[in-house]
Amino acid sequence: MDLIVLRDISFRYDGTPVLVDIDLTIREGDFLAIIGPNGSGKTTLVKIALGLLEPSSGSVEAFGKPLREFSDWQKIGYVPQKATHIDPFFPASVEEVVGMALLSNRKPRARSAREGRGEILRALDEVGMADYGNSAIGRLSGGQQQRVFIARALVTSPKILFLDEPTTGVDAETQASFYDMLDRLNSREGLAIVLVTHDIGIVNKHVTSVACLNQRLAYHGSHEDFCQSEVFRDMVSRGDHLILHEH
Amino acid sequence: MPAFLTYDFIQRAFLAGVFIAVACAVLGLFLILRKDAMIGHGLAHIAFAGVALGLFLNVLPLVAALAVTVAAAMAIIKLKDRTRLYGDTAIGIFSSLGLAVGILLASMARGFNVELMSYLFGDILAIEPLEVGLAVILAAAVLLAVKMNYAKLLFMTFDRESARAAGVKVGRLDMLLMVLTAVTVVLGMKVVGILLVAALIVIPAAAGLQVAASFRTAVRVSTAVAVVSVGAGLGLSLVLNIPASAAIVIFCFLAFGIFSLLKKGRGSAMRGPG
Repeated sequence: MDLIVLRDISFRYDGTPVLVDIDLTIREGDFLAIIGPNGSGKTTLVKIALGLLEPSSGSVEAFGKPLREFSDWQKIGYVPQKATHIDPFFPASVEEVVGMALLSNRKPRARSAREGRGEILRALDEVGMADYGNSAIGRLSGGQQQRVFIARALVTSPKILFLDEPTTGVDAETQASFYDMLDRLNSREGLAIVLVTHDIGIVNKHVTSVACLNQRLAYHGSHEDFCQSEVFRDMVSRGDHLILHEH
Repeated sequence: MPAFLTYDFIQRAFLAGVFIAVACAVLGLFLILRKDAMIGHGLAHIAFAGVALGLFLNVLPLVAALAVTVAAAMAIIKLKDRTRLYGDTAIGIFSSLGLAVGILLASMARGFNVELMSYLFGDILAIEPLEVGLAVILAAAVLLAVKMNYAKLLFMTFDRESARAAGVKVGRLDMLLMVLTAVTVVLGMKVVGILLVAALIVIPAAAGLQVAASFRTAVRVSTAVAVVSVGAGLGLSLVLNIPASAAIVIFCFLAFGIFSLLKKGRGSAMRGPG
């Protein structure tokens, strides 16, 4: 099933082209990495897919509906780029942070408070943060905060999860367990995952398909073919600010 | 019960004061965390124009101030959206205009008379039964609107982009928050006056934020600070025959000081010796 379909997407910022003629379809169970150098339009593309930015031309469909008519937002989870815009002193407990998404996406009295709390705790358990429910979000490490934000994205039982550079500034050990968790969610729960990353090491180890952006979609296909492709060789030879390492 | 509490006008003052204090404290938390703390100050200046208009047209000043302040709050949001003004610029423009119009209307009417002064400096002990009813209903409506949109407001305040991605209509909520703030500012001006109403919105919330690890706790602490300050300020003003508005704000500040020291003490304890 097609979850998100981007057709002929172009985006200009103050007259400068950021994305040109992008066609991309994300299907059920996909684990897609969107890679590309800085300024290649990766984050912009994700924001267009989520309706956070309006494309200059082209169309977006979510779950078979034009994005303007789409209202089932609990089916889409989003973890933005490591949240520098989040106030570290914000007085919110971990349960409150996860509950924001759940309670914002329901009609009043659709579930009891106990059911809601159960779902919050399940989501926290899924990301290994069940013991931190009462902790203040600002007191957690960067890696723990990212897990909480993933729990917030998962609490509505989405079918697709977008993650924008989720492990920036997170140590290697935490990164490894983080990606193992994503693998588990993808293979066991069938959750489609779209990951914006600079890290080709991640591409090699975890994802099933790759979309390589540089204003245009330079490559889209399986990650095995990507590793043999001209695009990959070019990117590696240019450096392109990509991280290439073994995990 | 102390004898003075049996007087109707004092009971009315306590009743209205408590409802308005709770609304101010709860909204204040959202506003501070959105870095919009000074919106209360700006809207208070606009409320001054509304009061002057009411006195000029011989309409209940509270009603005129409500209409003018709510309309200005909506205009500020529109101006911010359409002209992409930085930060508080739109508030600065409208609040200055509000003050200018207020001064003009007041001078065209009967100058700065006693009634206008009561709105500038607050005079909750002179609150009329009709105004108490209006204040209680409106404050309850503000709190109900916050309760119904609590999770969305919290989500938007904490992480606006993720809230948008989750389908939260942040533009509508911005407008709702501004309108609720406008209503609360107008109600608060009766308690502490136009010049001090921002204090009732900012200081109890700031006190709560000193010690709270969760938003729920911040709501409880801020609300308690606001209610206790209004109660204590009113009580002290009756006993010492001093202005209630000043006494209320000073109690708010004392609470803020205490909670700041508590936070500092906790921080030192957590860091340990050396």
